Amino acid sequence: MSATEQTVSADMQHGEVNTQDTEHHHGPAKGFSRWLFTTNHKDIGSMYLWFSLAMFMTGGCMALLIRMELFQPGLQMMQPDFFNQMTTMHGLIMVFGAVMPAFVGLANWMIPMMIGAPDMALPRLNNWSFWILPFAFSMMLFTLFMEGGAPNFGWTFYAPLSTTYAPPSVTFFIFAVHMMGISSIMGAINVIVTILNMRPKGMVMMKLPLFVWTWLITAFLLILVMPVLAGVVTMMLMDIHFGTSFFSAAGGGDPVLFQHVFWFFGHPEVYIMILPAFGVVSEIIPTFSRKKLFGYSSMVYATSSIAFLSFIVWAHHMFTVGMPLAGELFFMFATMLIAVPTGVKVFNWVATMFRGSMTFETPMLFAIAFVVLFSIGGFSGLMLAIAPVDFQYHDTYFVVAHFHYVLVPGSVFSIMAAAYYWLPKWTGNYYNEKMGKLHFWLSFIGINITFFPMHFVGLAGMPRRIPDYALQFADFNAVSSVGAFIFGFSQLLFIYNIVSCIRTKNQATPEVWEGAKGLEWTVPSPAPYHTFTTPPKVD
Amino acid sequence: MKQASANNKLIIKLVVSVALMFGFGFALVPLYDVFCRITGINGKVDLTPATYAESSQSDRSLKIQFIAVNNESMPWQFKPNAYSMKVQLGKTYQTSYQASNMTSEYMVAQAVPSVSPSEAAQYLQKVDCFCFNRQPLKAGEVKEMGLAFNIDPQMPEYIKTITLSYTLFDITAEDSKPIASTNL
Repeated sequence: MSATEQTVSADMQHGEVNTQDTEHHHGPAKGFSRWLFTTNHKDIGSMYLWFSLAMFMTGGCMALLIRMELFQPGLQMMQPDFFNQMTTMHGLIMVFGAVMPAFVGLANWMIPMMIGAPDMALPRLNNWSFWILPFAFSMMLFTLFMEGGAPNFGWTFYAPLSTTYAPPSVTFFIFAVHMMGISSIMGAINVIVTILNMRPKGMVMMKLPLFVWTWLITAFLLILVMPVLAGVVTMMLMDIHFGTSFFSAAGGGDPVLFQHVFWFFGHPEVYIMILPAFGVVSEIIPTFSRKKLFGYSSMVYATSSIAFLSFIVWAHHMFTVGMPLAGELFFMFATMLIAVPTGVKVFNWVATMFRGSMTFETPMLFAIAFVVLFSIGGFSGLMLAIAPVDFQYHDTYFVVAHFHYVLVPGSVFSIMAAAYYWLPKWTGNYYNEKMGKLHFWLSFIGINITFFPMHFVGLAGMPRRIPDYALQFADFNAVSSVGAFIFGFSQLLFIYNIVSCIRTKNQATPEVWEGAKGLEWTVPSPAPYHTFTTPPKVD
Repeated sequence: MKQASANNKLIIKLVVSVALMFGFGFALVPLYDVFCRITGINGKVDLTPATYAESSQSDRSLKIQFIAVNNESMPWQFKPNAYSMKVQLGKTYQTSYQASNMTSEYMVAQAVPSVSPSEAAQYLQKVDCFCFNRQPLKAGEVKEMGLAFNIDPQMPEYIKTITLSYTLFDITAEDSKPIASTNL
């Protein structure tokens, strides 16, 4: 015990020496004010990533509570109302608190370094975008302790559940959504201005790394749809407090209108959560295949087509509201069309790996698992796109299985892959590879045990968002719960590995990975506080 | 300096797009109504009286069913006087609903119609309907509420039965305010 304490204090002394070293050329300020007032893209990136990790664990605990309740049929842990609060908060926190801030954090850290810019274009705005988030999520989480409980209407907050029948805390939920929306919009503006205006000479658009390209497109999606989300929650606020009737049929409104406006935001939103993941994977696979990415320009065009298509498919979330046949057909075929550019991407990744001299370090394992498991999620998405069968799948666990397959082994795995891939660049130390691999395999196995059986219970008709279920679903649900706990607790390894990577000296080279190409690998590890203060030469 | 002004131009453009998209979110509300009215989907029924026109009658006839629904805590008794009718296309028919206020309070109600299948909505023309007005009823009062309609002979052939449903909402609290869709 005392030995570890000694190493820790030795490291901390070492850290201080480092800080003084960089103080020379305008290093970071000391203490908490460094983080409060920082305008440095690396500091802000780190804060986003830590925040996202904290939210990931919070939302994860809620997921485990849900799985505990569903371990057996009947009500044992909690009342249905609290169960509904858990599903709602789990969804909101994972979408807006874990996945989106993680990608913004990666964007902050990597975009300036990848394009050779000294910092983000709007550093003060950057500070503000981050510091809004802890307040937004505190407000959201405190609703759990309010009278009437937290929001319990599902993360999609359909009216009238979220208006007429909502708990009083819904107003806090609305303001929290406003705040996180403002944060995302400011972040997106910053990313666009940085990418379009801060490139050094020679860094033309078609030379941008794919992570930068996918983020540029994501930022445009954010600009276009986050205001619509702000609009829909504002309408809710007005219906609840100012007597309007946007979503109330009694006053001439229509609850189905809510679903249209929400999903006009909601569908591009799911691409906001996956496009940067495509970018991350397109960086990692070439590195560990020691080959150039196959079909760079087709990747760019495929990403843009996916972004465009995301605006004309929203009603596939609402096939069962009673649409006319023409509408069902249009949204069905438009949705299936998305499989084409997505297929292009998957084939490009496979072609990149084909005959490459591949090695399987942790980031590569996560990236390959991403390609395989995301494709499974894509296939179940195609099944859901078929309007006539969607009537059977709608609101069942099949949908839960589908979107968890694209979000957990999709977005979340890509974030973990990115964390392992760039950790040595951020901290200057290699992480523990053995522990990383163990984390990967436990996560991979845990996730499949959790979510694969959900396909079966879903096809058999088990409804989602219900705390109790019919006896015939008991076995598969018990299996899912066991998998969830394996996945959940294996994340402790991830946190331990990150912390020990920061604290344990295991000097990384500037290139870090043998096959790594790109400007971020030309700066020393750890990346100095200020990089590319003079623009690099790009050929 | 050049960088700063280029940034400012781009930022202004992006902020304006954000503002426009916020507006677009609200513009979806009337767009949705207009879209539903033009295409007749979602079972939204025109809430303005049709001009009385005994248009070209046809020999075709179909069945129309009437349904009455009380919204959530609405305590009135509400039922159609005829549950179904066989009607000839193009001819005007009259029927009625009966509402009785079972409470000891003065109350105001608004009926909201919906047609199923939704494609039929645009061919069902209401000459007169109690849903055009809010319905005030004194405590214990019973009222026959009239409805006159005709069905456009353009009605697609494959529709043999249509269902007209009225949902009764308690709007006593909001009685002083105008109804959104009658303003359009």
